[in-house]
Amino acid sequence: MEQIIDIFVRSVFVENMIFAYFLGMCSYLAVSKTVKTASGLGLAVIFVLLITLPVNYLLDRYVLSPGALARINPEWANVDLGFLSYILFIAVIAAMVQLVEMVVEKFAPALYNNLGIFLPLIAVNCAILGGSLFMQERAYQNIWQVLAFALGSGLGWFLAIVSIAAIREKLSYSNIPAPMRGLGIAFIITGLMGIAFMSFMGIQF
Amino acid sequence: MNKRIFLDPLFKNNPVSVLALGICSALAVTVKMEPALVMALSVTLVTGFSGLILSMLRNTIPDRIRIIVQLVVIASLVILVDQILKAFAYPISKELSVFVGLIITNCIIMGRIEAFALHNKPFHAFVDGIANGLGYGIILVAVSFFRELFGSGTLMGYPLIPEKWYVSAGGFYENNGLFILPPMALIVVGLIVWVFNARNAKKDKKAWNK
Repeated sequence: MEQIIDIFVRSVFVENMIFAYFLGMCSYLAVSKTVKTASGLGLAVIFVLLITLPVNYLLDRYVLSPGALARINPEWANVDLGFLSYILFIAVIAAMVQLVEMVVEKFAPALYNNLGIFLPLIAVNCAILGGSLFMQERAYQNIWQVLAFALGSGLGWFLAIVSIAAIREKLSYSNIPAPMRGLGIAFIITGLMGIAFMSFMGIQF
Repeated sequence: MNKRIFLDPLFKNNPVSVLALGICSALAVTVKMEPALVMALSVTLVTGFSGLILSMLRNTIPDRIRIIVQLVVIASLVILVDQILKAFAYPISKELSVFVGLIITNCIIMGRIEAFALHNKPFHAFVDGIANGLGYGIILVAVSFFRELFGSGTLMGYPLIPEKWYVSAGGFYENNGLFILPPMALIVVGLIVWVFNARNAKKDKKAWNK
């Protein structure tokens, strides 16, 4: 239990997707002009991470890892499909996003209207594929740890994009040197926020 | 035409600093120059060849499933790059860890395919891909240059600051540890964007006055 809380807190604050690994920067910079759209995208990221990470975890554990296929046929004990993980992960993500989009459209039209435009964008969001790859690299032991990691890193991403959107809304009233406006200042503010987030570094359970 | 396809993405329409594409996987590998160079080379190869392949296929891919086809081509190329790195440059491949895989979701690649390769001849698409990869590489190498120089006092692993200058040896100099930490990469990129924008604005003004 402690380990799960530890993974959750670390992935929200210390190993924040944006401030520590720069994952999902493209959409983070492009869709952070207003708080409302930013929180929509943030929610969609949490949602998709929570669905794709467990699926990719099961895929990795029961199909891709070395010797996993021995369960089906003992002769395949030496087969290592690890090199296929990139292509299978991205296929799972693209398929899942499509599926989620259709399900949400059918059963929760109100949610679809809020998330709808962002869902297809998310298939190529680095944070989602990055989540799966980090999960594989860090070798989480069971599905609860994976779920904690998915929820934590999704929340961390949500936090980052909503706070930069809030800052950028205020920023439109400031007097910034012309070449710095837009992209340049967004980078620098993200850097400063990253320095602020580094104060969480010592947290451990 | 050819020259413009090649030169524009390097400075005037640089994918990173002007269009804000492909920053996702870029910055985490800029602590040292060597992995940054390898990363830049890998991305250049993937953008070039994915443009070439998809431009050759552009008349046969149905419009509705083109994203899946693009992802499959890109992912296969990235697997190739990853396996080559693992075979011939294992330490660097370990250092780049998940970021080689993240080339798949680099927005530059998808962006150039959607915007250019699907409407142009294979050779032009190839040149455009290589040039955009190089444009990305310039920013990556520039950021890693400053971060390695100020953060660890070395370049490509060779020490540049004389040993005697350091405080521990009785000198006055100390490496700036902040440059090694992730937030500094963002600030350096922010400053580079500033320089690029200021230069482009000046050029535009000159053209205007003519």
